[in-house]
Amino acid sequence: MGNEKEYIAIFDSHRELIDKPCARLLNTERAKALEIFKSSGFPGPKEENWLHTNVAKRFATDYGMNLGRVMAETGSHDIFICDVPNLNTHKAYIVNDSFRAADNKGKSLPQGVILDSLNEIAKKNPTLLEPYYNRLAGDGDSIAQFNTTFTQDGIVLYIPKNTTVEETIQIVALLQSNVEMMSNRRLLIILEENSKASLLLCDHSSLQKQTLSTQVTEIFIGRGASLDMYEVEETALTNTRLGHIFVHQDRDSRFKHSNITLTNGFTRNYVEVRLEGEGAETSINGLAIGDKKQHIDNRTIVDHKVSHCTSNELYKYILDEESTGVFAGRMLIRPGAQHSVSEQTNRNLCLTSCAHMYAQPQLEIYADDVKCSHGSTVGQLDENALFYMQQRGVPADEARHLLMYAFAGEVIEHIGIEALRDRLHMLVEKRFRGELNRCKGCNLCK
Amino acid sequence: MKKKNSLLKKLANKAYEFGFVSKIKTDIIETGLNEDTVRLISEKKNEPEWLLEFRLQAYRHWLTLDMPTWAHLEIPSIDYQAISYYADPLKKNKENKNKEIDPELMKTFEKLGIPLEERLALSGTAVDAVMDSVSVKTTFKEELKEKGIIFCSMSEAIQEYPDLVRQYLGTVVNYRDNFYAALNTAVFSDGSFVYIPKGVRCPMELSTYFRINAANTGQFERTLIVADDDSYVSYLEGCTAPMRDENQLHAAIVEIVVMENAEVKYSTVQNWYPGDAEGKGGVYNFVTKRGDCRGRNSKLSWTQVETGSAITWKYPSCILRGDNSQGEFYSVALTNNYQQADTGTKMIHLGKNTRSTIISKGISAGKSQNSYRGLVRVSKNADGARNYSQCDSLLLGDKCGAHTFPYMDIHNNSAIVEHEATTSKISEDQLFYCNQRGIGTEEAIGLIVNGYAKEVLNKLPMEFAIEAQKLLSVSLEGAVG
Repeated sequence: MGNEKEYIAIFDSHRELIDKPCARLLNTERAKALEIFKSSGFPGPKEENWLHTNVAKRFATDYGMNLGRVMAETGSHDIFICDVPNLNTHKAYIVNDSFRAADNKGKSLPQGVILDSLNEIAKKNPTLLEPYYNRLAGDGDSIAQFNTTFTQDGIVLYIPKNTTVEETIQIVALLQSNVEMMSNRRLLIILEENSKASLLLCDHSSLQKQTLSTQVTEIFIGRGASLDMYEVEETALTNTRLGHIFVHQDRDSRFKHSNITLTNGFTRNYVEVRLEGEGAETSINGLAIGDKKQHIDNRTIVDHKVSHCTSNELYKYILDEESTGVFAGRMLIRPGAQHSVSEQTNRNLCLTSCAHMYAQPQLEIYADDVKCSHGSTVGQLDENALFYMQQRGVPADEARHLLMYAFAGEVIEHIGIEALRDRLHMLVEKRFRGELNRCKGCNLCK
Repeated sequence: MKKKNSLLKKLANKAYEFGFVSKIKTDIIETGLNEDTVRLISEKKNEPEWLLEFRLQAYRHWLTLDMPTWAHLEIPSIDYQAISYYADPLKKNKENKNKEIDPELMKTFEKLGIPLEERLALSGTAVDAVMDSVSVKTTFKEELKEKGIIFCSMSEAIQEYPDLVRQYLGTVVNYRDNFYAALNTAVFSDGSFVYIPKGVRCPMELSTYFRINAANTGQFERTLIVADDDSYVSYLEGCTAPMRDENQLHAAIVEIVVMENAEVKYSTVQNWYPGDAEGKGGVYNFVTKRGDCRGRNSKLSWTQVETGSAITWKYPSCILRGDNSQGEFYSVALTNNYQQADTGTKMIHLGKNTRSTIISKGISAGKSQNSYRGLVRVSKNADGARNYSQCDSLLLGDKCGAHTFPYMDIHNNSAIVEHEATTSKISEDQLFYCNQRGIGTEEAIGLIVNGYAKEVLNKLPMEFAIEAQKLLSVSLEGAVG
C-alpha cells in the first residue's frame, strides 16, 4: 500500500462535502466503491496488468480536488471552440469534472434525447439511471473504483428507442486550473433499442501544471442499436489520463470505437467490451503517436459471452524520441460462444533506440468452433521504400513523413465521418511535422 | 454420433503405456524439507563443501519465496513437506563398494525401450538413464571420452570434474530466478553433465531418460550442457512415470552454455503420466530450462513435444548474448482430459544481429487448458535483432481452452519483431475430403494433426520424430467427437 491511504484520509475527512451536492445514486455507489478501493489500493508495479505503467506513482503529486464544486470562472465555450471544419456537431462540455452546457445556437436534439449533467439527472430522474450507473464499472479495477469513490458529476447521454441522432454529438473535456489538479469525471451513455448516434470526445489540456484525470465511461447499447465513438486526446506532457470504457452490447448491436492519442503525457486507456447478445459486432481501433517522454498504454478486453459475435481490433503506435508504448489486447471467448469471429492486429513503429514498445496480444479461448487470430509486429520504416522515393526526388524527411502518414492512415480510415477523417489526417500530418496541432480558432493556442 | 461416442469411449479406456511400477528396492529418505535434508542429500552424494553451501543458500532463498501464480494454471496447493527429496534405486554392494544395477531395473528400462546394454542400443545414441534421484547408467562413455567429450551423470561430474562444474553451474539459471529454480538448486539429486570440447562435433546423439518410480517422491534433476567453441551436440530427453492417484512433483533445471560458433540442439519428448480421464493423479512438471548463447555465431535450438504431465509450467529460453547468435524454439503441446499446460519460451536479444524463431503448435482436447506464453525482449544494444513467432492452436472439442499470451518488449528501433497467432478447430472441409476418399474420421484427424505439427516434428532427430508422431496419435485417438 502506498499513497492510497492519503486519498482515503482525504475522503474520510471530507465525506460530507463530497456527498452533499451529489445525488443519492452516486453516493450509494460511492460507498460500495470505497470499500473495494480500501482493500485493493492502487495497483502495484508488479501486477500483471500494470507491469509497464506505474500508476501509483502518478498519484503521488499533491493535486487539488474540487470537492466543494467551485465552478471555473468562465464558460469554456467562450474561450474554446474545438471546431471540425465541415462538421456540425451538437456540443457539451465537461470543465474539469463538471458538466457545462454549450450554446448550440438554437439547435436541439431529437425528442427524448438527454445530454445533461449526470448529477442533475440522477437527482431528477434516478429511476432512469439506476439500472445503469456503475453496473459495469462496479467490477472494474481499483482505478475505476477510485473514480466512483470521488466522482461528483459528468455527462449522461440517453437516446430513447428507435431514435436516430443525425448530428454528431461532441463532448469536450477541458482542464482549467491554476494549481496542480485532479478531476474524476464520469460518462454514462445509454442507447435504447434500435437507436443510433455518433459521438466525438475531445480531451484537451494545455496546462503547464501537473494534472490528472480519471474518466470512467459506461456504455449500454441496446438491441439493434449502433454507436460510433471517436476519442481524440490532445493534452500536455504534464497530464495523466486514466480512461476506462466499459461497454455492454445487446443482440445485433454495433459499436465502433477509435481512440487517437495525438499529444499526451501519461495515458492509460482501458476498453472492455462485453458482447452479451448474439449477433453483436464490435470494432475497436487506436492510433498513438508518441515523442518526448510520452507514455501511452492501451489495454483492451473483448469478452465474447455468447455465440455469433464478431470483433475486430486494430491498434497502431508510432514512437519517437523517448516515448513508451504499451499495448495489451485480450480476446476472451467464453465456453459456448461458438461461431465467434475475432481478429486483432497491432502494428508498431519504433523510430529511435530510446523508444520502447511493450506488446501483449492475448487470446483466451474456451470454445472450439471459432475463428480467432492476432498479429503483432514491431519494426521500422521500410528502407527500400525510403530509398525508392529518394531516387525519385522526394527528400528523405518528406519520404519518412509520407510513409508514417500512410501507416497511420489505416486507423483513420476506420472513422465513419468524412469531415472528421479529413481533420484527423491534417492533424496527424501536422503532428509529424512538429507543427502546432491545436484546433483552429482556439484561443489557447493563438 | 454413435461412432463419435465409441471413439470417446475408446479414448477413456486408453491406458497410459508407461504407467507400470517396478518393484525395485529403493533407498528413500524421510519426507520433509529442511536444512538437514539438504545436508543429508549433499552427504549421500559426498559433495564438496562449496556445493553444500550453494544448496543451502538456495534453500534459504526458497524459504522467502511463494509459489508463482501468474500462469494460466490452477495448481492445487502442494505440501512440500510431504515429499521425499531423495530416492536411490541402486543397491550398494558393500564388498567392492561399486554400485551394481538391479536386474529388475535393467528390465524396467528395457520395457521402456531404453536398453542400457550398449550392444543392444540403437547405434548412434548414448544414453544416461536416471531413475528417481539417481543416474543408473550412462552408455558409450568411453567412446565419447576418446574425443574428449564428457557425458556422465551430474553426481559423477561433481566428483570427477569439480572445477568444470563449479565454473558453469548456476551461471545460466541462478537460484534466485524463481521458486522452482531455488527448490531445485537446494535439493537437486542427479541429471546429466555434458562437456563438448573446442572444435569437436559430437558423433552421436546424447540422450537422457528420466523415470520416476518410487511413490511420494519428487524428481529434481539438473542438467548442464557446455558446448565450447566450434562444437556441436544434439541432445535428447525423454521421460515417463508410473500411474498413481496422487500427484508427483518434477522440478528440474536445464542449463546450457553455448560458446563461439558452437551449436546445441536440445529435443524433449515429455511423456510424464498425465493423470487419468477424471484428472486424478499425474505429474506436476515445473521446469526451468535456459540456454546462454555466449559466443559469437552460436546457436541453440529447443524442440519439445509435450504430451504428458497433469500440469506443465515450462519455458525453455535463449539468452542471445553473442553477436549473430541464433535461438530457435519449436514446440508441440498436446493436452487432453484435465491436463493443463502453460508453456512457451523467452528469447532475450542482447547481442547485435541476433535472430530468433518461435513456432508453437498447441492442441487441446477433452477438458484441458493449453496456453502459450512467450517473451521476446530486444534490449537497447541489440541492433538488427530479428524475431518471427507463430503460435497456432487447434481445439478438439468445446470443453477445452486454448490461449496465447505473447509478450514483446522492444527497446531498439532497428528490431523487427513479428508475432502471429491463430486459433481454430479442425477444418470440416479437410475432414470431409478425407472421409470422401475412404479415410476414417479418426485416421483423418491423425493425418491432419500430424500435418499441423509437421513443422515442429521435422526438427526432431529421426527416432524421436517417430516416437513423437506415435505419441501424438495415441494421445489423440478418439479425442475428437
